[in-house]
Amino acid sequence: MPIATEQGNTAEKKNPAVIEVRQLGTRFGSHVVHADLDLDVRQGEIYAIVGGSGSGKSTLLREMIMLHRPDSGSIRILNTDILELAKAEAQALRQRWGVMFQHGGLFGTLNVRDNVGLPLREHTDLADEVIDELAAWKISLSGLAPEVGLQFPTELSGGMLKRASMARALALDPELLFLDEPTAGLDPAGASGIDALVRSLHELYQSTIVIITHDLDFLWQVTDRVAVLGEGKVVGVGAMAELVEMDHPVIRQYFDGPRGRAAQAQAQTESGEHHHIRG
Amino acid sequence: MLPMLSPADISQPQDGLFVLSGCWTVHTLAGADQKIAAIGNSEAVEVVIDGSQLATIDSLGVWLLQQQCKKIRTAGRSVRLLDWPVNSQKLLDIVENQIDIPVLRAAHRSFLEKIGRNAEAGWQGMFALLSFIGECVLALVRIGLRPNRWRWQQVFKYIEISGFDALPIVGLTAFLLGIVVAYQGADQLRLYGASIFVVDLVGYAMLREFSPLITAIIIAGRSGSAYAAQIGTMVITEEIDGMRTIGIEPVEFLVLPKIIALMVALPLLTVFADLTGVFGGMFMARSQLDISYHEFLARFGSKIGLSALLIGVGKAVVFAAIIAIVGCYQGFRTKGNADSVGRQTTRSVVQSIFIVIILDSGFSVIFSILGI
Ligand SMILES: Nc1ncnc2c1ncn2[C@@H]1O[C@H](COP(=O)(O)OP(=O)(O)O)[C@@H](O)[C@H]1O
Ligand SMILES: [Mg+2]
Repeated sequence: MPIATEQGNTAEKKNPAVIEVRQLGTRFGSHVVHADLDLDVRQGEIYAIVGGSGSGKSTLLREMIMLHRPDSGSIRILNTDILELAKAEAQALRQRWGVMFQHGGLFGTLNVRDNVGLPLREHTDLADEVIDELAAWKISLSGLAPEVGLQFPTELSGGMLKRASMARALALDPELLFLDEPTAGLDPAGASGIDALVRSLHELYQSTIVIITHDLDFLWQVTDRVAVLGEGKVVGVGAMAELVEMDHPVIRQYFDGPRGRAAQAQAQTESGEHHHIRG
Repeated sequence: MLPMLSPADISQPQDGLFVLSGCWTVHTLAGADQKIAAIGNSEAVEVVIDGSQLATIDSLGVWLLQQQCKKIRTAGRSVRLLDWPVNSQKLLDIVENQIDIPVLRAAHRSFLEKIGRNAEAGWQGMFALLSFIGECVLALVRIGLRPNRWRWQQVFKYIEISGFDALPIVGLTAFLLGIVVAYQGADQLRLYGASIFVVDLVGYAMLREFSPLITAIIIAGRSGSAYAAQIGTMVITEEIDGMRTIGIEPVEFLVLPKIIALMVALPLLTVFADLTGVFGGMFMARSQLDISYHEFLARFGSKIGLSALLIGVGKAVVFAAIIAIVGCYQGFRTKGNADSVGRQTTRSVVQSIFIVIILDSGFSVIFSILGI
């Protein structure tokens, strides 16, 4: 993401919203997934969307990145109404965000470096060597060894695949980064590696990051604000410390399990050196 | 509303002082890399780069800039960054440290090595195909002894999909082929006043050669490819592995029903192709040579023996086994990604048609030796 020279560092409450979802409605046949869902993501924050399985998180993400059209409501992203866009404008907007898909979404026929370089090849006139160098750098930025650049997606482990997918999401320096379940299916060491990666990238790029996750540790360690989906709406939103105080049944159910308490205890002993809870 | 993106620009108010302005991002840097080269080419002892006029800069901009700085430093001169935005400092530092990142290249293979590797792969592929055939036969023997293990439902399903559903296309193709054969023969035969021999021509050509061959080719393209794609996709989604771990033999479950179904369906389709093909020839004989249907059928009945039909049908049984086995075999050879499914599917069709034609000419040789 281009760094605005007069910008403050991190998300403050006064920061403008980069994503505004209003009265969103989604339905598959008679099955209502979202009913009047409202949501705001502010510039520079790490925002997580959580909720039970089938609560419509992935669908919401797909709607925000223009892969699925909602039945009603409006979505504004980076000050653009994405439901009213002409094709060329939509293409231009897509280049301003990066998406890391749950299963990588990398092209199986290209090696990792060509995967990462592909957006640059498609959308810029840069020389091939520069693209290769930049791709190699983004791969190392994502915490992968240089040799991985020559490997193909099927040769990578789960954690490496997520990192490679992250490198590709970063290719065009997006202002907005969407991550779908970045730690799902990883061992604890791999998951905390991704925690650290997201934090360091956020510090470096100061981009807005929207994350879908089930990982309670991740929520405590990394996010600024969390929205809980349930009954087709956002039933609660706030920093983790605020959310655990709320008593909406969906939220209680989500955080009250033994794992929820363990993650909270863990986070409190670490006493938030690196994550900043805001009121 | 997209933000205003002013193009990246550089000015040099005095020797060795460069002032950057505008947006230095992926979207606005097009063509600016030429101007940036001026920084590295500067002769000044100390190059100063002023960032105070910058609107924004992203990692691409920083990368291109640090490349120039590196060039100056390696030439033994120095670079100073003046008045840069505070929040781009981290990016500047990281890129400066990592600018030397190695860009690895895949090992290059010589022409000779490629030939060798391909030959080796072809050789091993042949053995793999043979051992797959062996595996199928063993599985067939195994369940042949226990008829309750036959998956009849699957077999019937595949007879319907690969046989019944293919009736229109096979019938139409054979009909047209019958017309072509009769038409090509008609002129020559009329010349010799031997028009009635068109019956023998159409009868033998269709029943012995063309019907089984054209049916096999259509089915290889239609069903052999479908088998390869289905099994290939299942390999990628780990369904095959899943099947093995719960104790179901993929060969028994996926391959045998297909082989058995095709060995039933293809001979029947061939008979159908015989009918429509001969009808096509008969139709042409009447319109071109004035041979009535009655005349045609009378000669057909007396001249074309049952052996012609049986030879064609017998060949179809063998072709069916080849098509089903090669389709499934290529499916199982799929590795890794979606591209591989496409490649294996293509291979299944090419390979099975190739083998079918080789076998067909082999049969011709054998039959002529035996005098059938
Ligand atoms: N393409 C689709 N067709 C029909 N129903 C769908 C489709 N996509 C999602 N759904 C349904 O929408 C609901 C929400 O799905 P999803 O957004 O994937 O949930 P989550 O990601 O929160 O687990 C689920 O009940 C799912 O069955
Ligand atoms: Mg989901």
